[in-house]
Amino acid sequence: MSSRSLQTTIIFLVIGGILALAFGGFFGSTSRQFSSVFVEIQTWASSRYLGIQDFFTAPRDLVSLRARNTELEAQVSQLQVQVIELQQRVNETEILAALVDFSRSNPESTYKAAAVIGRDPSPFLHYIIINRGSNDDIRRGMPVVTNQGLVGRVDAVIADAARVQLITDPASAVNVHLQNADTTAVALGSVTGDVSLDMISQDAIVQPGDLVLTSGLGGGYPSDLIIGQVITLRTLEYELFQQATIQPAVDFTRLAIVLVITNFRPVDITPLQPLPAP
Amino acid sequence: MRNIIAFPLLGLAVILQSSIVSQIKLLSGYADLPLIILAAWALQERVKSAWHWAVLGCGMIGLISKLPWPVFVIGYLAVVFLAQALQRRVWQAPLLAMFSVTLLGTLFMHILSYVILRVLGTPLSIGVVLESITLPSLLLNMLFSIPIYTFMRDLARWVYPSEVYE
Repeated sequence: MSSRSLQTTIIFLVIGGILALAFGGFFGSTSRQFSSVFVEIQTWASSRYLGIQDFFTAPRDLVSLRARNTELEAQVSQLQVQVIELQQRVNETEILAALVDFSRSNPESTYKAAAVIGRDPSPFLHYIIINRGSNDDIRRGMPVVTNQGLVGRVDAVIADAARVQLITDPASAVNVHLQNADTTAVALGSVTGDVSLDMISQDAIVQPGDLVLTSGLGGGYPSDLIIGQVITLRTLEYELFQQATIQPAVDFTRLAIVLVITNFRPVDITPLQPLPAP
Repeated sequence: MRNIIAFPLLGLAVILQSSIVSQIKLLSGYADLPLIILAAWALQERVKSAWHWAVLGCGMIGLISKLPWPVFVIGYLAVVFLAQALQRRVWQAPLLAMFSVTLLGTLFMHILSYVILRVLGTPLSIGVVLESITLPSLLLNMLFSIPIYTFMRDLARWVYPSEVYE
């Protein structure tokens, strides 16, 4: 080692030692002043560096955050769609489960489930269109029900669809039996979708809440299908019959899936009806 | 050739009428989408195929409705006739013509439906029909007529592009 490099090493060691003693607080107030100046300079330099770092990195973070936000929003909307789809499936499953329960509790009939795919384009008529037709052995006149009660009957059939006349249709008339009063009547539809009872004998004692079932008379419907409950009764002494309004058991505004009773064949009683006298 | 658009458009209108529009009820009435489309189409100055569209619309809607098909044939052809008659007279105010055709066409269709259903033995009360079906349907048809007229005007420009003279 040359004398020059030995000299440099000694100088470095001396300065290093002095600095170490100064930072260690061995020089008293001189040491504190020195270290505070150093710390201030360090703080200033550090804060400037962080400011410059923020200036360059923050916009980059904002862009990536925005991208991530968009990505998450897309995921949320995708999940919302999935939730809606699953809710629909749950609703469908609930309806189908109720219909299966109904068909099990009424084993005398055979059923075919059908989805409601449309309604009559004219507001004057109350018909629905179902997605089962002659290919599924659906025939004209077959009754259509839900687990809640009678919906109507098949009016026209094509290969893969059928049109069903609801009991709320103004041209619909169903022979019914009032369970508690033990009397018969006719349930009539109307253009507003209300169902009323007519031809109730004046002797019959009908109460609000009485259950209305199909009587099976006339051969158009099987007996004992629920139609609804009596709400109000109108009795006028000078009229031949009493009249009543009923609350249908089926919610016709929310029909989604129905059951067609496929083993029922309506009876055509037209030839048995007396002809008007000439 | 572009008139072939009538098949998918009217087909879609009939499907929408049966599946969606018939569920958007005001009291017991709802809009008549094919009627408004035919009225808007027949009111376009360049259109020469309104009668064909009307016959096609009658055929399509007659397939799914229980209402006797003569109601649609007479009603929709009358709407086209009325629209073309008004279009020549009220050509400066197309929206006024559209409202007039929608109003008169809806009333005519409902009167026709009422008369034919009564003749066939369906019990209908004229007061209830007017209050629960005709007036609400009229209001909905009027509401639908503005966007449909705009759409059909653009469609007419596409089907019958204006000739360029040099």
